[in-house]
Amino acid sequence: MRNIPANQQSFYARDRGWHPPAFTPDYKSSVLRSPRQALLSLETTATERSGPVFGHAMLGPLDNDLILNYAKTGEAIGQRIIVYGQVLDEDGRPQAGTLVEFWQANAGGRYRHKKEGYVAALDPNFGGCGRAITDRDGYYSFRTIRPGAYPWPNGVNDWRPAHIHFSLFGHAFAQRLITQMYFEGDPMIWQCPIVKTINDPSAIEQLVARLDRGNTVPMDALAYRFDMVLRGRRSTLFENRLEGN
Amino acid sequence: MLNRLRPFRETPSQTAGPYVHIGCTPNHAEIRGVWAEDLGARMVTDATGGERITIEGHVYDGAGAPVTDALIELWQADADGRFPSAEDSQADPAFTGFGRQASDGATGLYRFETIKPGRVADGGRLQAPHILVWIVARGINIGLTTRLYFSDEAAANAEDPVLARVPPPRRETLIARRDAADPRRYRFDIRLQGEDETVFFDI
Repeated sequence: MRNIPANQQSFYARDRGWHPPAFTPDYKSSVLRSPRQALLSLETTATERSGPVFGHAMLGPLDNDLILNYAKTGEAIGQRIIVYGQVLDEDGRPQAGTLVEFWQANAGGRYRHKKEGYVAALDPNFGGCGRAITDRDGYYSFRTIRPGAYPWPNGVNDWRPAHIHFSLFGHAFAQRLITQMYFEGDPMIWQCPIVKTINDPSAIEQLVARLDRGNTVPMDALAYRFDMVLRGRRSTLFENRLEGN
Repeated sequence: MLNRLRPFRETPSQTAGPYVHIGCTPNHAEIRGVWAEDLGARMVTDATGGERITIEGHVYDGAGAPVTDALIELWQADADGRFPSAEDSQADPAFTGFGRQASDGATGLYRFETIKPGRVADGGRLQAPHILVWIVARGINIGLTTRLYFSDEAAANAEDPVLARVPPPRRETLIARRDAADPRRYRFDIRLQGEDETVFFDI
């Protein structure tokens, strides 16, 4: 398999029962935005087996430091944390060169966005976005502040648990993924209509970052580990050659 | 462990939410100075080969209202049908193949300036010129994948192996319409739900 160019290898079918379905009426925004026809299933073509290539050269030195990358008069306010993890595929292969983008609310639960109406204050030194590209072993890391929980218009009194949004590219567009990371021990995870769009509790557990005291920076920042898994490439057992499967 | 199948499962998707622009198009969201230009904002330069085209349209929800907080991404081949990937060094070095735009916060209109892709060779067959379109927004739990084909490519479209799998009455939802007055301009509306719902793929 190693001798077959990656852009000729197909992917394991996506397990749609593991992901949230499109129509989840307890998350009200999904009602009018969910396709009602069945998705048309197709084997991947060259289009989906390829994807944009992003090099480390595109990154600035503060792209993965949300405490400093929007700092104007001082550093961002809040609990300093480091979020890191490994990006793997379903076979456990480290995914080097994966562009990981992340965005979040500030420590008070307020997003820097003109359509955001929560009363919590903006932090003049916090923008809320960052990005990184995984290293040879598939690892990424960034420094930020722990985001706050916030209320949102859905039910009369729904609150989002503290979370960070993630966008991942992988090497093929078939692997494209956007998700959210939650924090270990937060009871609000299990009360959230967006979290509960996912049916399987063990799938939800996969979105919960673990507090990693071992990698905490003494007198500075707590560490959370959040590993992510992208779709794996199917072995082409008999299509070309057997070796190396 | 013997006979062990895949050790991991794909990370489950969650909605991109209403503030996806903060992370994916921060300059568009007026978060300036973190990085100079939003990823995918410019698909072509003066050096890019091929016919310049504009693609624009709306994403509509099930009530027919334009979605004003969508993020749309394009992935396409260059003018010769090659993808600018690590595996194909013959692709146009002046073309990234990747575009990303937010729909307008007031009107919902989205717009891309790109080039018309060539036909893509795939396992001995030729695909018609096409663009992969990926849509995320608040209320969309997992990104939606569709394809854009061109109304002036009827012969190639008739041979396309993917279009051939789409039930004929729904194929029209994948055809971008060339503007009669301005042949550089194509319109591609995406309907998330309801009559004329766009065909979305599980690929």
